[in-house]
Amino acid sequence: MASIPGSAGKAHDHAHDHGHGHDDSYLTPKASITATIWDWMTTVDHKKIGVMYLFAVLFMFFLGGVAALAVRVELWEPTKTAITATGQTVITGQALVPSEQTTIDAGNNTYNRVFTLHGLIMTFLVIIPSIPASLGNFLIPLMLGAKDVAFPRLNLASWYIYLVGSLFAITSAVVGGVDTGWTFYTPYSTMTDAGHWKVVFMILAAFILGFSSILTGLNFIVTVHKLRAPGMGWFDMPLFVWGMYGTSLIQVLATPVIGITLLLMVLERLFHVGIFDPRMGGDPVLFQHFFWFYSHPVVYVMILPGMAIMSDIIAVHCRKKIFGYRAVAFSSLAIAGIAFIVWGHHMFTAQGELAAAIFSFLTFLVALPSAVKVFNWISTLYKASIGYTTPMWYALGFLFLFSIGGLTGLFLGALSVDLHLHDTYFVVAHFHYVMMGSTLIAFIGGIHHWWSKIFGKMYNDNWATIAFFFVFIGFNLTFLPQFVMGVHGMPRRYASYVDEFTIYHQLSTIGSFVMLIGFLLHLCVFIHSLVAGRKAAPNPYGALSMEWTDTASPPITHNFHHEPIATHGPYDFDDVVPPQTRPGEFPLPAPLPVKQVTVVKTK
Amino acid sequence: MSSLNIDQRIAAGPPAYADTYKAAEHFRDKDHEFDSVKFGVWLFLATEVLLFSGLFCYYGIMRLMYPEAFIHGSSLLDWRWGLINTVVLLCSSFTAAAAVRDAQLGRQFWLKVNLLITLLAGVAFLIIKFVFEYYPKWAEGKLPGEFYSYPNWVSPNEVHWWGVYWSATGVHASHVVVGMGLYIWLLIRAFKGHFGPKHYSACEGVALYWHIVDIVWIFLFPMLYLIH
Ligand code: HEM
Ligand SMILES: [Cu+2]
Repeated sequence: MASIPGSAGKAHDHAHDHGHGHDDSYLTPKASITATIWDWMTTVDHKKIGVMYLFAVLFMFFLGGVAALAVRVELWEPTKTAITATGQTVITGQALVPSEQTTIDAGNNTYNRVFTLHGLIMTFLVIIPSIPASLGNFLIPLMLGAKDVAFPRLNLASWYIYLVGSLFAITSAVVGGVDTGWTFYTPYSTMTDAGHWKVVFMILAAFILGFSSILTGLNFIVTVHKLRAPGMGWFDMPLFVWGMYGTSLIQVLATPVIGITLLLMVLERLFHVGIFDPRMGGDPVLFQHFFWFYSHPVVYVMILPGMAIMSDIIAVHCRKKIFGYRAVAFSSLAIAGIAFIVWGHHMFTAQGELAAAIFSFLTFLVALPSAVKVFNWISTLYKASIGYTTPMWYALGFLFLFSIGGLTGLFLGALSVDLHLHDTYFVVAHFHYVMMGSTLIAFIGGIHHWWSKIFGKMYNDNWATIAFFFVFIGFNLTFLPQFVMGVHGMPRRYASYVDEFTIYHQLSTIGSFVMLIGFLLHLCVFIHSLVAGRKAAPNPYGALSMEWTDTASPPITHNFHHEPIATHGPYDFDDVVPPQTRPGEFPLPAPLPVKQVTVVKTK
Repeated sequence: MSSLNIDQRIAAGPPAYADTYKAAEHFRDKDHEFDSVKFGVWLFLATEVLLFSGLFCYYGIMRLMYPEAFIHGSSLLDWRWGLINTVVLLCSSFTAAAAVRDAQLGRQFWLKVNLLITLLAGVAFLIIKFVFEYYPKWAEGKLPGEFYSYPNWVSPNEVHWWGVYWSATGVHASHVVVGMGLYIWLLIRAFKGHFGPKHYSACEGVALYWHIVDIVWIFLFPMLYLIH
């Protein structure tokens, strides 16, 4: 058994060799408030940029969540209701006399805008940037033993591009919002609100955000290729980095296509060039092809980072070598590759039979690498001594929810079944299980896992676990009934429905508020931790990757005192004793079963 | 340096470039930085190719749907202007590459000259484009979409041809404009003596970008002007 050289415990000895302030945490404020703000606004430090992204994404999550709750409130009753401009819910169906301004049409119109806003915010402003831009930015250089990402100024630029994109989206929403759905299908997107610039603004927002995403992805790819610490080969990287690498590949290769698609859409809307307009001989389905050619790969931009987090949480909180490292690593690449050839499964109802059959077959392929990952995680859990910490609970939640989300994806990928389920709540439930139930759950789990590293404070694990159960139960309560509804034929994107569905919709709405409680609890736990949390040790969970072993919590401004050298793999729990700078700081799980410790390693 | 003859050295004046450039802190050394920058540029170029591939799809699909409109449409373009612009861009690609070589060899004077020629070629391209191609078409109403008002059409679907023509050349021209901006930036830096044998990654990166813009045109030219 080897111990690790250059561990964080030694960090202090070096403090005197270097100039003053060299040892400071990156969070140390400057002399004055304005100087601190200016410092953050102009920083090229990947850690600060990551933290700013984290707060921005969480804020956007809050906005998108408000829109979601509005939708759920609206759907509480089957009658036609409307959300007026002033924000009250006015029932305009049988139950109440319609008020003057609020006709049924206006009600539906408002409903369309609210769910579109929800979808757009959650996809483009929350899920796509969430894990890569926040945790990815913060962690990738630390995990690789680098001082920063390859292009720090570009990183700052992509943060500001993200802000500009958000500004466009919010402006469009404030002046009335769009009713195109997040998919921008023509002819809604080329014809509704004719003459008004808000739709163009929303499209431009997506376009600009795409740039930000491309630049982040590009930065990460170069970082992974070029900035690994000496001694760190491709297969010595934490799996988090592998997942982010796959994500970045898709971001770089798919996003330009949505760029040109949105540009053509703007041309169509402003000049009516006719490409998507059947009256002029154009083809609206062409838009769908263009759109899904980007947007299917992008669902893997959403899920791969979640999977990336999973591997790290599970290995660390089981204190066990991950099962099948290479399989997990390569499946990230396989997912990134296959993701590009299955887009047609979103349009089974809008294409020829042969094409649909081929796309259906390919769709089944894409489930394989995902399944490889799931089985590897389960094998890692097998006979491990699992520490039931909040991140671990989230990882277990992910396994459960992603299995449901992925398997229902297969239902939808089966041609004959999808013709029935297409555009019903079944699809809504499917993609919520994968986007929210998996990506977002992994994101929250990841925030907890690295919270102590990012902010240098511990949080209250018990309360966070309680919050997890609220989120988990609330989530299932919200979306399981939607599968049932969908199978029974409840179509998506309607403000009203027949009475038979009332019970499912009400369960769903209740579930969404249970989730709300969970998220608010999390918020309290976080605030409490920031204000009054115990100081975190450099490596409270006894992990082995460099962000834990080689720098303080929170990391110093320059990340490491010396360029770290990789002497062992990130998951070699069998061979290496992780440096526990403060034993007992955090309840570590019981030691591994004897059988596994005594395995003789020949290398 | 040694490859310069005495006249050139006089022309170049005192070498403005002092080898004081340090690699950014997170790189091991200049080579490490140079490799990384180059890799990043290539990745960016891949995204550019993908962006244009969307436009080529647009072209291909519309052409498949309305071949007669495209055949007639392309006969309405004057291939001679297209050819001249192709030559202009090819020459500028040469000077762009020559500028990189000059930076590598520290030929400060020729570096500036070649950067300037490249920039001026961009200007020439745009002037030809706007004065001899865009403007007459605009005047005749050969415009995209609802602005299309050309009375002597042969095929009713010609509007799609013009949609493709304007969007493809327009997106390309906007790339030329961006490239010119980059060359102005390079020139300013060249005059400040920023480039030299150990530090020319910006010149090289921008030149690569310029080549891509050039290559896209090399595809657009036959597709739009020559294939009848
Ligand atoms: C196991 C692999 C998966 C398969 C086989 C699969 C299959 C499908 C199919 C066939 C549809 C189209 C249903 C229809 O519209 O009729 C669909 C919709 C969707 N899926 Fe998946 N999926 C998988 C994983 C994912 C993941 C990981 C995500 C995101 C993180 C995702 C996000 C979505 C979204 C957002 C939609 C609906 C988009 C819309 O129409 O608004 N899927 N999926
Ligand atoms: Cu898909």
